[in-house]
Amino acid sequence: MKDNFSVFLASLGAFLVAFLIIPIAVTVSTQLFDLNALIKALNDEVVLNSLFNSIFTSTVATLISLVFGVPLGYVLARKNFKGKNFIQAVVDIPVTIPHSVVGIMLLFAYSEAILDNYLGIIAAMLFVSASFTVNSARDGFMSVNEKIEYVARTLGASKVRVFFTISLPLALHSIFTGAIMSWARAISEVGAILIVAYYPKTAQVLVMDYFNNYGLSASRPIAVILILISLVIFVTLRRVAVVKGGGSI
Amino acid sequence: MLKVEDLSKSWKDFSLKRINFEIQKGEYFVILGPSGAGKTLLLEAIAGIFIPDSGRILLNGEDITEKPPEKREIAYIPQNYGLFDHMKVFDNIAYGLKVRKFAREEIRKQVEEIAKALDIKHLLDRKVKNLSAGERQRVAIARAIVISPQVILLDEPFSNLDVNLKNKLLREMKRWRRELNFTAIHVTHSFDEALSLGDKLGIMMNGKMDQVGEVKEVFSKPKTEDIARFLGYENILEGHAEGKILYSENIKIELPQEFYGRVRVMIPPQNILISKNMIFSSARNNFKAIVEEFEDLGALIKLKLRVNGIKLAAHLTKASFVDMGIKEDEEVYVSFKSTAIHVF
Repeated sequence: MKDNFSVFLASLGAFLVAFLIIPIAVTVSTQLFDLNALIKALNDEVVLNSLFNSIFTSTVATLISLVFGVPLGYVLARKNFKGKNFIQAVVDIPVTIPHSVVGIMLLFAYSEAILDNYLGIIAAMLFVSASFTVNSARDGFMSVNEKIEYVARTLGASKVRVFFTISLPLALHSIFTGAIMSWARAISEVGAILIVAYYPKTAQVLVMDYFNNYGLSASRPIAVILILISLVIFVTLRRVAVVKGGGSI
Repeated sequence: MLKVEDLSKSWKDFSLKRINFEIQKGEYFVILGPSGAGKTLLLEAIAGIFIPDSGRILLNGEDITEKPPEKREIAYIPQNYGLFDHMKVFDNIAYGLKVRKFAREEIRKQVEEIAKALDIKHLLDRKVKNLSAGERQRVAIARAIVISPQVILLDEPFSNLDVNLKNKLLREMKRWRRELNFTAIHVTHSFDEALSLGDKLGIMMNGKMDQVGEVKEVFSKPKTEDIARFLGYENILEGHAEGKILYSENIKIELPQEFYGRVRVMIPPQNILISKNMIFSSARNNFKAIVEEFEDLGALIKLKLRVNGIKLAAHLTKASFVDMGIKEDEEVYVSFKSTAIHVF
């Protein structure tokens, strides 16, 4: 029997999927008719440097979020303490603040130290992306039955050993998923970077620069390269996460 | 060997109240109690998962009440077995040995030995995720035994198994116990586990350890009426005692010794004799009874009898039941020795 209701729901969903995919498809396919411009951009040192800056800074920001965010996620998952809700709110707040405001706040707080340097780009990226790693790590640790950790301890393992041999491996899939989201959020950040560190130029800032100075067509090749690199890395990492975790994310 | 003294702990709306017991090396101590009695909480206190509010836990004379779990040498197997799903069976069993920094060859040797004893050697390279409930249980036991702990704590180890598998593993557990000679505390709500495995039995109800003793003794002489009811005993009567005679409803029952005032007694159904004719014996209580109904218990038949105003239950073998040709509403004679009566 035909399931009309499911068809109706799928149609509504299809509208959103189409809305999301059309800009990507149109931008990439239009550029494919102008391969020369794409090749020229790929040979342009300014473009290549900006791509390196984007990938390098977003990767560093993600690694920092892992180093500090995973322990925080563990504490939030396992411990009850006064002010826990406040800490959780602090982790979630960056998602709600406009990113230009984030840039201004960062400048007020750390001023010259982060102005127009790698540190500034990384700081802006970390601010807007860390919550993904922290929350995923917290959810991952929460999904690990605490009794299993205690069983490991009754077998003689210290708390530290239990963390590294039991809790962390069991939460790794969730942490990895969060890290991918953090990286994706970091490499897509513009607003805060524009204010904090216009230089060294990242690809996302360069796209805006070209658009403002030379128009839509001039900014498109860099945009397409950025789209393709992001997609390849994102899809690859997701596949790795699925294989390692034995499930889907 | 392991002594629990006056252990108390409040946890949300529940509390363990002054728990006391002691077990010796090589003993298998079963703690029997209904759900919500606090059995798991007690095991967790012994394992060191939480510190009790008061009381002490002594292991070989040493106070381990506040020692962390990793320093107690007490292995814990929770109800769901607590296997490490991200590891293979071998690595699960080897975990405690690796922690103790055994040489790689020694670890392999010990893991293979214990796996052979528990018939799981063929599973060593499998991921634990893919094991059946029975296999998971064996892996958990192997992982605990291989580190030679002073005591193994087992929380309802048979509760996730179907009846056939449970019976098989119960038989095997008896064998493992003989061969591997470990000391264990096993909590359960199942009588057959207590009867077939326990050297010693503790009855736990509402956070209290109400009775501890040899299994036979606890089952034959429950200390309180609540324990007797929990153990499934019927025939609990109340009356007024004057010396060796108990007056209950309209009957007089001869007691094993002298009592005075209000007393409660229990007459084990298996100790009541049924006959078509009156049995004359000075040592017995004899009454005429009406068979109200009967219930098939498998090898036994439970007769529900009315003796004046009192209801009694008696167990009869199926063969005797058929031989005697007992029918409902028929008159029979019941008799029981005064020494069979348990006075609370």
